Amino acid sequence: MGGLQKKKYERGSVTNYITRNKARKKLRLSLPDFRRLCILKGIYPHEPKHKKKVNKGSTAPRTFYLIKDIRFLLHEPIVGKFRDYKVFVRKLKKAYGKTEWSAVERLRENKPTYKLDHIIKERYPSFIDALRDIDDALCMCFLFSTFARTGKCHVQTIQLCRRLTVEWMNYVVAARALRKVFISIKGIYYQAEVMGQLITWLVPYQFSHDHPTDVDYRVMATFTELYTTLLGFINFRLYHSLNLLYPPKLDSKAECELKEENEEDYALNSECYLEKLSALSASLARMVSSAEEEEAQLDQFPDEMSTNLGKREQKEQEAQKKLFDGLKFFLNREVPRESLAFVIRCFGGEVSWDKSVCIGSTYEVTEETITHHIVDRPNASTQYINRYYIQPQWVYDCINAKIVLPVEDYFLGVTLPPHLSPFVEEKEGDYMPPEKVKIMALQRGEKPAQEQEDEEEEDEDEDEEEEEDDNDDEEEDEEEDEEESEEKNLKKMEKQRSQVKVTPGKMKVENPERLEQEEKAEEKRLAIMMMKKKEKYLYDKIMFGKKRKIREANKLTAKRKAHDDAEKANKKKTRK
Amino acid sequence: MEESSGNMRSSEPTAAMKKIFNFKDKPAGKEEEDEDLSDSEESVFSGLEDSGSDSEEDEKESDDNDDEDDDDVTAVESKQPKQTEEEEEKEEVVGGVTEREEEEKKEDEYEHDSSDEEDIRNTVGNIPMEWYKDFPHIGYNLDGKKIFKPIRNKDELDDFLDKMENPDYWRTVHDKQTGSDIVLSDEQVELVNRLQKGQFGDVNFNEYQPSVEFFSSDVMIHPVTNRPADKRSFIPSLIEKEKVSKLVHAIKMGWIKPRRVEDDTRGRFYDLWAGEDSSILGRHKMHLPAPKIPLPGHQESYNPPPEYLFTEEELALWEQQDASDRKLPFVPVKFSSLRQVPAFSRFIHERFERCLDLYLCPRQRKMRVNVNPEDLIPKLPKPKDLQPFPTTQSLVYRGHSGLVRSISVSPSGQWLASGSDDGSVRFWEVCSSRCMKTVQVGGAVKSVAWNPNPSVCLLAVALESVVLILSPSLADRQVVQSSERLLSGQPEADTSDAAGPVIWSDTEGEELNQGIRLKIQHPKAVHQVAWHAKGDYLASVMPDHSSHLQVLIHQLSRRRSQNPFRKNKGLVQCVSFHPVRPYFFVATQRSVRIYNLVKQEMTKKLQANSKWISSMAVHPGGNRLHRVHPHTRSTSTPVPPQHQIHHHTRSTSTPDPPPHQIHLNTRSIFGSSLIM
Repeated sequence: MGGLQKKKYERGSVTNYITRNKARKKLRLSLPDFRRLCILKGIYPHEPKHKKKVNKGSTAPRTFYLIKDIRFLLHEPIVGKFRDYKVFVRKLKKAYGKTEWSAVERLRENKPTYKLDHIIKERYPSFIDALRDIDDALCMCFLFSTFARTGKCHVQTIQLCRRLTVEWMNYVVAARALRKVFISIKGIYYQAEVMGQLITWLVPYQFSHDHPTDVDYRVMATFTELYTTLLGFINFRLYHSLNLLYPPKLDSKAECELKEENEEDYALNSECYLEKLSALSASLARMVSSAEEEEAQLDQFPDEMSTNLGKREQKEQEAQKKLFDGLKFFLNREVPRESLAFVIRCFGGEVSWDKSVCIGSTYEVTEETITHHIVDRPNASTQYINRYYIQPQWVYDCINAKIVLPVEDYFLGVTLPPHLSPFVEEKEGDYMPPEKVKIMALQRGEKPAQEQEDEEEEDEDEDEEEEEDDNDDEEEDEEEDEEESEEKNLKKMEKQRSQVKVTPGKMKVENPERLEQEEKAEEKRLAIMMMKKKEKYLYDKIMFGKKRKIREANKLTAKRKAHDDAEKANKKKTRK
Repeated sequence: MEESSGNMRSSEPTAAMKKIFNFKDKPAGKEEEDEDLSDSEESVFSGLEDSGSDSEEDEKESDDNDDEDDDDVTAVESKQPKQTEEEEEKEEVVGGVTEREEEEKKEDEYEHDSSDEEDIRNTVGNIPMEWYKDFPHIGYNLDGKKIFKPIRNKDELDDFLDKMENPDYWRTVHDKQTGSDIVLSDEQVELVNRLQKGQFGDVNFNEYQPSVEFFSSDVMIHPVTNRPADKRSFIPSLIEKEKVSKLVHAIKMGWIKPRRVEDDTRGRFYDLWAGEDSSILGRHKMHLPAPKIPLPGHQESYNPPPEYLFTEEELALWEQQDASDRKLPFVPVKFSSLRQVPAFSRFIHERFERCLDLYLCPRQRKMRVNVNPEDLIPKLPKPKDLQPFPTTQSLVYRGHSGLVRSISVSPSGQWLASGSDDGSVRFWEVCSSRCMKTVQVGGAVKSVAWNPNPSVCLLAVALESVVLILSPSLADRQVVQSSERLLSGQPEADTSDAAGPVIWSDTEGEELNQGIRLKIQHPKAVHQVAWHAKGDYLASVMPDHSSHLQVLIHQLSRRRSQNPFRKNKGLVQCVSFHPVRPYFFVATQRSVRIYNLVKQEMTKKLQANSKWISSMAVHPGGNRLHRVHPHTRSTSTPVPPQHQIHHHTRSTSTPDPPPHQIHLNTRSIFGSSLIM
């Protein structure tokens, strides 16, 4: 019984964690600086398994960081820069207070700055890691690039974001990497496949923002700082992977074409180039001439891994990439130009718009080779004969369906078919909207039958289902009937007892299938009873989830049916 | 003039305009003007029309000037002289002006001298006139004589009358310097008007003369001034020198750093991953990438299928719910075309929340098991396959006319005894279903039990309050003899006191012939009998709520009975002996108690989760107990539910049940387990 007395909370999991305040003190940073450091370095809190133990017996809510993480932060050179900045601010304040303008100027010239390159490299050791994490970066940059110069953040940041997003879009166009687009009420979702990684980003609609007051823009600015750096490096790498020049240059041919226009009317000279890039109408300059590259692309090595299925998928993808090849679009001025131009160019289509809408239009409305004219108003004033006038949803739906859909449903003034999310992958038992079924039929190459026939078929299907239901009901009914009849018989018997009479017996019809089913159900029930408590809990949970799913699917089908019925009734009324 | 201008301001602007026009007309003549003014109906001019009193006043003033003591009456008397006087005054003024003009023409050197503007009639100079407030004079004229103040006896009424009657009232100005009223001439009025309008005072001045640019963009050969350059422009500045030397010193000492080379590295990118080394940092292995934002479903579409839109009830529910409870963070909306889609108001919020999640949320790796629920269900053998288990009916033992309450198989397995409500006990051969023997016992049989000892052949029958011991003599002679020997054991002397209510008696006559050997009379109705494995002891159950005498244990060889329990522990349903060990099981309604017969104490109490235990059985191996609970209280014909029978078959048929069964319905006792 010797030795020192063991003290509480000095060993075990306590030693692995540190509270936020202690971490802050250890790093000698203010809270905003600590927050910034955590954001930049990607340090996040950890939830200890036994919170009370780690919290030294207290149950107060505290944020815990791994002590290893904090030690790792101690060696970060940026911490020193933060301190420098603090000193700089203090000096500047002093100079202002003394109205020493020359000192202010001198200080401003020597304002400490820091670079985040090493942090990016450290957080994402390989390029693929960085690509995987780029979703948020893109969303944020696209958001910031739409900000007005209202002082919510630095103008340079906004410009940089705009530049980077334009570069990104240009890359996606050049690589034809776009896969899916979805117009939601929040904005437009895009999904691209870059080096095997699926990257999704959300672009807000082009409206000025109503800046909320309960949002800390400093946090968002810090994130943007990191994200712009990350996106810049990724863009650089991606451009080089495609043999494109970085920073992007327009193709010399395209540049000549665009030069003809009177640029000065539109934008300042300094902004002109970015605007031209963002117009997305011209291809980019390559480091090697494109012809050589084509040749290089030709001799592909047959992949060992690619099986038949893989090949088919590849083929499909290739087909999708050339979805709009040979089509010529013209955008009316009320449609979202940037989104549509981006999307159409991603799939090989040519696109132009009115000269006054934006710089970079390549042809006029009067061009006769235009195949599709995208209009978003009930009717177009002047219509040219040899082109389709369609609503913008057609483009997006085509991309998601991976085929050129029939244009009839998308003519001007026509009620549009629902726009479905391409991100939903229905499993078995999930609800699938009928429009999706239709599109899938189209994808398989089935000719779309007349709508009414479809409807009839659907009706028939439904009828069949109903019939099945009815059958079940009937069976139940039969049973009930039997019981009832038995009761009746008994009553009759009682009545007949006085006048003794023998009635012919009734054969009891047994349904062997049904019996078998019942037996199986019974067996299952017994087996479930025999389950361990833990497994039973899990099983019940899973089954509950399944049931809920089914219920939801049923609810949706019922709702849809009610809606369709109402519409039919309406149609009939109007016909009459 | 002040007053008149005040009038003008108070009047309407149009009226003011008119007045100005009227001014232009004035030179035409006083009479005309008067007429004109009187013709014009406008009230504004009412003050101007009647200005008769003005002249009066003037006259008075002049009178006052002449002699102070003059009465008002004389002043009112005649108008003519006043008029003339006034005219004279005017002439004087005009004359004065002309004289001055002449003077100006003569003396040009006073061109810029402004002293002529001074009023020289009074020589006090430009002083506040109130200094002369208390004096009778107002100053001194050029000759040095006092200028006396006019006798101011004009009250407000006079003033008003003057205003009403004097047509020149509006152009009359009080001169403080001389204390006299001056009627302004037309030129003067016009000058005032021009000044008021902000115009140049001189009528002949042209405001729009072509400007001459003295300082033009053209470089002139000659300097503007002819001034010679300063000396300091040739000599280096000492102050500057001092400043420069200070800066040089500061730079030398390193206080001032040279200006940094302007490099905007923020927007400059390079191939960061050029030297990509495959060695992943140790830290990176632990890194959990943030989960991606879930992808949007059909509901989020700007034009969703109609079934995804909210009905009114759903919308109401959504609005009622707390933001954290909502299944969807937004309400699905349908827009008929893309141009109608507005901006999403919570866009920045959502992005911000994502940012917060990224750096504030603890991350955890959660193993999500993807289990097929069907795999969780244990694979049980089918009830069909659970052999031996009677699946088909092979034999029917017919003969009883009443309900069969109890059956028992002999330890040899050859014979079956059955007790019925018709008051008979029948012995059957099991394999042939032949009734070997019928014993009329004279009462509804509640329970029969065959002695488990194979060396004796005895049957215990419980009916009403009697337990009968039958010797059916259905075995070979040795066995029959040994059983006879057992029965013939003599009772111990005077033990009936201890047994108390129980009466042992031999049978005689007919009963003896039938094989009934012993009659054990109980005080109450006996429901069940049970043998000990050795075959010497017999337990009988008399269920009763109130008494502690519910179980009796009888010893055949000594014809002795005893009540093992002193207390009533509940309504005893059945009892049983352990086949191997000295244990005695007593089942009450809710629990099974196990007593050690050697130590004479309770070893264990098993709580059943059922409401009613009606019977139990111990496995022949002795390590399982088995009980049946019906859902009804009718214990006479206990029909247990089907699945419970399944349980029993399962548990009795498998010697080593899988662990889950143990978990469900077994309890381990004495190192072995009992199936409950």
